[in-house]
Amino acid sequence: MTQTEIADKEKNIKILTGNYAAAHAYMQSRVGVISAYPITPQSPVVEKISEFIRDGKLKAKFLLVESEHSAAAACCAASATGSRVGTATSAHGLMLMYEMLPWASGTRLPIVINLATRSCGAPWSIWDDHSDFIAARDVGWIQFMCEDNQEIYDTNFQAFKIAEDPRVYVPTIVAYDGYLLSHTLMPVQLENQENIDAFLPPLKHHINLSDISQIKGVGPVTTPNIIKREEGTAPGYYEFRYALQKALENSIDVIKEVHDEFAEKFGRSYGNGLFKTYKTEDADTIIFAMGSVSAQTRTVIEKLRADGLKIGLVTLRLFRPFPVKYLRDFFKGKKNIVIFDRAIGYGYEGVLCYELKAALYGLQDPPFIKGFIVGLGGRDVKGEHIIEGVHRALELSKKGEITYETEFLGLKLDELDFLD
Amino acid sequence: MVNVMDVREEEFINPGTRMCSGCAMALIYRIALKALGPKTIITVPASCLTVLHGMQGFCTTKVSVLHTPFATTGASASGIVASLEEKGLADEICVVAFAGDGGTADIGIQALSGAVERGTNFIYACYDNEAYMNTGVQRSGSTPLGAFTATTPGGKIRPKKNMPKILEAHGIPYVATANGSYPLDLYEKFQKAREIKGSKYIHILSACPPGWGYDPKDTIKLGKLANDTGFWPLYEIINGKLIISKDSKKYLDPSKRKPIQDYFKAQKRFNNISQDEIEVYRRNIDDLWNDFKRRLESQ
Amino acid sequence: MTDSKKDYQKILASVQKPVKGEAGKTGTWSNFKPIIDLEKCIPAKSGKATCFNCWLYCPEAVVTRTIPPKIDLDYCKGCGICMEECPVNAITMEEVKTE
Repeated sequence: MTQTEIADKEKNIKILTGNYAAAHAYMQSRVGVISAYPITPQSPVVEKISEFIRDGKLKAKFLLVESEHSAAAACCAASATGSRVGTATSAHGLMLMYEMLPWASGTRLPIVINLATRSCGAPWSIWDDHSDFIAARDVGWIQFMCEDNQEIYDTNFQAFKIAEDPRVYVPTIVAYDGYLLSHTLMPVQLENQENIDAFLPPLKHHINLSDISQIKGVGPVTTPNIIKREEGTAPGYYEFRYALQKALENSIDVIKEVHDEFAEKFGRSYGNGLFKTYKTEDADTIIFAMGSVSAQTRTVIEKLRADGLKIGLVTLRLFRPFPVKYLRDFFKGKKNIVIFDRAIGYGYEGVLCYELKAALYGLQDPPFIKGFIVGLGGRDVKGEHIIEGVHRALELSKKGEITYETEFLGLKLDELDFLD
Repeated sequence: MVNVMDVREEEFINPGTRMCSGCAMALIYRIALKALGPKTIITVPASCLTVLHGMQGFCTTKVSVLHTPFATTGASASGIVASLEEKGLADEICVVAFAGDGGTADIGIQALSGAVERGTNFIYACYDNEAYMNTGVQRSGSTPLGAFTATTPGGKIRPKKNMPKILEAHGIPYVATANGSYPLDLYEKFQKAREIKGSKYIHILSACPPGWGYDPKDTIKLGKLANDTGFWPLYEIINGKLIISKDSKKYLDPSKRKPIQDYFKAQKRFNNISQDEIEVYRRNIDDLWNDFKRRLESQ
Repeated sequence: MTDSKKDYQKILASVQKPVKGEAGKTGTWSNFKPIIDLEKCIPAKSGKATCFNCWLYCPEAVVTRTIPPKIDLDYCKGCGICMEECPVNAITMEEVKTE
């Protein structure tokens, strides 16, 4: 890069919240239709996009609908009519959209949702955890979790490009921690529109109802079996769902490819595009986490290493499809894994914990794995909690003791007087 | 008024659908599509109409259709319209939501209300067979008082929800009622709605042989009785102005109306209707028409 | 089993294209079929393009608006609406033996 190029780039650094980073990314992705409903902490995304449209910076149709259910339904319809479509939501908003999530993936609509994560009631909580993100796990979407505002901005362009790739055609969630990122200002390097356009060309959709010369019915009743007529054959539900699973499995190659292209064009990368590593080269103990929990963990890795631990951090970026092969390759030969989860599979344990355990099934000399719950409903995740967890895990590992109880770090039961 | 030769000859539904023999909805949809023409995109929620469209791979209709979940019809139409507007095709292509009474009066009312409140440029058509026929005749908000359904075995104890009135309260430019037994009137209303900008609502009574309990050959007769007894008047409200349609106009005179029992006797679902309920119907029908009269006089 | 990456990429959304007889030959649903008595039928008798109630009211689009009207018995479900709506009682439902 020449000096002028560097200076130009620096001019484009803006101090943005995570929500505004997402809104900027939507604008520069030239989203055609947006349909959203306000919910804390996502609302500023919607507000900022409205401003962009008012100011003529974004030529999109913005549908201000009466619920998230309608937002998601309108997104599906607009996508099936051939537009690039995006929305944003949080917690109960995503829950209300839920019916439409498998509808979008089953119709292979490349919609992007920005999710400012938030805990799900009851009781009411507007603060952060990953329970909404986790709840969207089994409906056939690609799911990213970001760690800072730059990553939110960058991941959005990648998300559209991946979702719209003819080898993929799968809708995608770009998630980031509510408040901790959604409302926190950080410097974000914005890119020139020209370069974004070159990276993300206009959508070429496999469905386009606006082309009325091609009469079609989209999303009809689809039976358990294939249908054969003299006019041709049509797949059954089973074949469609098989194809969705294959598209997700094979999307990992596309996700890496798109990440690498972005890195080459814009000079920013996020590990291998699937997960990021920090101080893992010589580490025998690895902390595994995502989003804000990872950000918090980074700050204590140095301290733990100063205490003599060979410890590093793996931050999961791609939650679905779960990058099993790459995680197995990475964790082969590691001694301990300590997992901090901001969401629970209630009745079982932390979600990342059981996901990773399953992914590492059958490894020779598998690592010792211990998971902890942290930060539900916005409870502060402190460095001391991470340190406490690491020490507890290593102690158990030394004894070779498997525990069956889910452990919460940062609970304050001892301060509740009625429990005396 | 159009005559039979004014109706477009071209068919937009291929014969050989899965609809029951004598289904009024199949006739309603056939006539509506003729009025709408080929530059139309339909969106349909879960309903008998989903089944009419056929299973995977092959459909019966010669216009494009987006199937959408039950509660979403209004929002789905909004999404299609927004995308067409983005592409500059909104003036050329007409978007029509076609839903049953359950999808309209019950599970879909929020999305419908939202869509028309936003002024979405589309037609919302409700074909009202007065129960959840596709799932086996369970009561809906549009099932009339005293009617037997699988979930009201003793007869429904609440009256039918007045959807055209609810839609009118949204201040939209066009609200109309129609009836499968008056295809020319129906045709004209769809043609008219297509030319008006903004949200248009057409609520169509749709007789259902298995759900109402009558011989399929009598479908047209049933719908006509609903009109002749004054139970289902045909009218339009254009920019707030009430117009009673030609086929219903004479029933402004109560002496011209047939007794409501004639309608009840023609179908099994009212077999157990009580005398008290019949009185409620008489009163309600009188009230309805008296309201019309007052309104016509004052406008 | 064909399982190459290319194969699954051809199976995207469940999409329909128009065909005739989506539910098969629905004419088999009933043995009773409308027969038009051309001596009575208004357009047939007068040679004028008028009436066509049978065409207008048919829920299945199996009647043509021609002189005389023709009924596609392969798909006619035999509901009998045309018989009921014929103003001159030109249509009767008759049992037709099908193989």
